[in-house]
Amino acid sequence: MDVVINGEPKQITAGVTLLELLSELELDPRAVVVEHNRKIVRRIGLGEVTVQDGDAIELVHFVGGG
Amino acid sequence: MTTAIETLRDEPLTIGGRAFQSRLLVGTGKYPDMETMVRAIEASGAEVVTVAVRRVNLDRSKESSVLHFLDPKSFFLLANTAGCYTAEDAIRYARLAREAGFNDFVKLEVIGDEETLLPDVAGLLEAAKVLVKEGFKVLAYTNEDLVTALRLEDAGCAAVMPLASPIGSGLGLLNPLSIRTIKRRLHVPVIVDAGVGTASDACVTMEQGVDGILMNTAIAAAQDPVAMAHAMRLATNAGRTAYLAGRMPRREIAVPSSPAKGMLD
Repeated sequence: MDVVINGEPKQITAGVTLLELLSELELDPRAVVVEHNRKIVRRIGLGEVTVQDGDAIELVHFVGGG
Repeated sequence: MTTAIETLRDEPLTIGGRAFQSRLLVGTGKYPDMETMVRAIEASGAEVVTVAVRRVNLDRSKESSVLHFLDPKSFFLLANTAGCYTAEDAIRYARLAREAGFNDFVKLEVIGDEETLLPDVAGLLEAAKVLVKEGFKVLAYTNEDLVTALRLEDAGCAAVMPLASPIGSGLGLLNPLSIRTIKRRLHVPVIVDAGVGTASDACVTMEQGVDGILMNTAIAAAQDPVAMAHAMRLATNAGRTAYLAGRMPRREIAVPSSPAKGMLD
C-alpha cells in the first residue's frame, strides 16, 4: 500500500493502524505528534485509525529552535 | 530608600497565569552540539526554553528530538511557529505543538519577508485571534510598532514580543524609544525577542523596563556559548535591577561629584 509520510512516498503493510505504523517505523507514540490527512490524531486514538492507500501522514516532534 | 537586597527582590515574570523567576528566556537552536546546548541553558538560568516543530527524521528519529537531551520536567517548553509564512501554517504548527502535550503556550511567528524575517503583522493578528479563541496562550513575535502591539493585546495575546533587531542579526536594541512606548502602553508582559548580540545589549534592553528578553543566536553562536549564557544571565539581572533602581537623570553639563566647598586658598 502506498502512502506519503513526511512528504516521502512509502510502501507500508496494508490495513495497519497509525499506532502499528509508528511501531513499524520504530517511533515512540509518546514522542511524536501525528497528522493524518491534515487532521491531528490524538495519541489515544492512534490505534483506532486505519491507514488507507494514498493517505498523507505527517509525523512531527520538537527540535532546537529560537 | 531600599537596600540593595530589597531592590533585588523582584516580582516573578507572570505570563498567561504562569510565574517564572527568570526573566531570560532562551532558544535551543543552532548550538554546535547538544551537550553544549544543555550546559548553556543551565548556565543561563532560564526556565522557559523555545523549541520548533519539525518533521521526524525517519532514519534517525531519537537523536534529532531536542527532548532526548533536555528534560521537559526541568524546563517550560515554549513551542514556536518559526518558518511559517501564513496564518494558516502558523495555526497548523501551533495545534501540532499543543498536541505534544506539554502546555497550551505558543510563541507565534508569522514571517512576512525572507531576507529580514520581519513579521507579517496582518497574518500575525489573524492567527493570534484564532489561537486565542482555541484556548492558546499566545506570545506574539512582532516588530516594534506600538499599534500592532496594541492590536495583539486586544486580540487576547498573553504577551507581546517586539524585536530588538532582526532575528539572528546580533545588532542589539535599535529602537529603545519604541520598546519603551510599547511597554508603557501595554498591560500584558512585553518580552523583547530577537536581535540581541552580546551581554550589553541584554542589559540595555532590560533597562528599558520590559518584562523579559528572549534570545537564541547570541548564546548559541558565541565562541563559548556556556560562558555567554552566564554573561546573559548576569546582564539580564543587571539591566532589570538598574531599571528597578531608577537611573539618574541625563544632563548635558558636568556636575562635580566632590564638594565645591572646602577647597584650599
